Amino acid sequence: MTGPGVGWYLIVAALLFGVGALGVMLRRSPLIVLLSLEIMLNAGSLTLIAFARQQGTLDGQVFALAVMAVAAAEVAIGLGLIVAMARRDMPLDVDQASALRG
Amino acid sequence: MGEFLVWVVWFLAAGGCLATGVAVVSLTNPFYSALALIGNLASLAVLYLLLSAEFLAAAQVLVYAGAVMVMFLFVVAYLGGRADAPWAGGPPLLRTAAVVAAVALLVEVVVVLGLAWGDSLRGPAEVSDSFGSPAAIGEIFLTDHLLAFEITSIVLLVAAVGGVVLGSEKERGRP
Repeated sequence: MTGPGVGWYLIVAALLFGVGALGVMLRRSPLIVLLSLEIMLNAGSLTLIAFARQQGTLDGQVFALAVMAVAAAEVAIGLGLIVAMARRDMPLDVDQASALRG
Repeated sequence: MGEFLVWVVWFLAAGGCLATGVAVVSLTNPFYSALALIGNLASLAVLYLLLSAEFLAAAQVLVYAGAVMVMFLFVVAYLGGRADAPWAGGPPLLRTAAVVAAVALLVEVVVVLGLAWGDSLRGPAEVSDSFGSPAAIGEIFLTDHLLAFEITSIVLLVAAVGGVVLGSEKERGRP
């Protein structure tokens, strides 16, 4: 079984990363921004796995697993922040949550 | 024939991946966005399978589509109507700049890929059947990458505690 070469997977990953970056930059809802971040992280994972297949070593897949764990941690913290924002009746808008701006 | 089938599956998975990704970014109801992301993760798992990463494909469906997205849907349900995310107005200049930046990033990546395609981007290596199996991944994780494994567990623990602290009821009383 050969199928598509590594380059095709890299192109899909690049397109996915672009879509995710657009979502992070264009949307204001923290929920959608979190989802778009997930897309970007997964695009990175796809690249790692594609290169692991190309090199024939498993290190890339181990790295992708670590990325998965970090993404889960990031979602837990992000959702905690969103719930805390909602509890304090803050608007769910990342542009208005700028109290830490220097 | 087998070759042709692999390409068909690849096109379906890649197309599904990109379509659901666009849906996640463009839908205004976060509930539907989250459902679209589940579709995105499922098609990515198919791509992982084609790259002979069986364990990662299973973990992707279990951890992401199963656990993380269910947590996400619970929060969307908790927020109710407040979670709705209409396309924000904002200065049109900023939005245009965002689109230009994203497209520039994409063009850059595709140009670099195109340059590398001919010579340095060689085809996939020959691998054994156990490549990407749970046993192989577990062995390399607990020998060569033991430190990364332990640090990952600490990161997850800290994130879990942080999530509980951030979302706990006691926050309400504070100014």
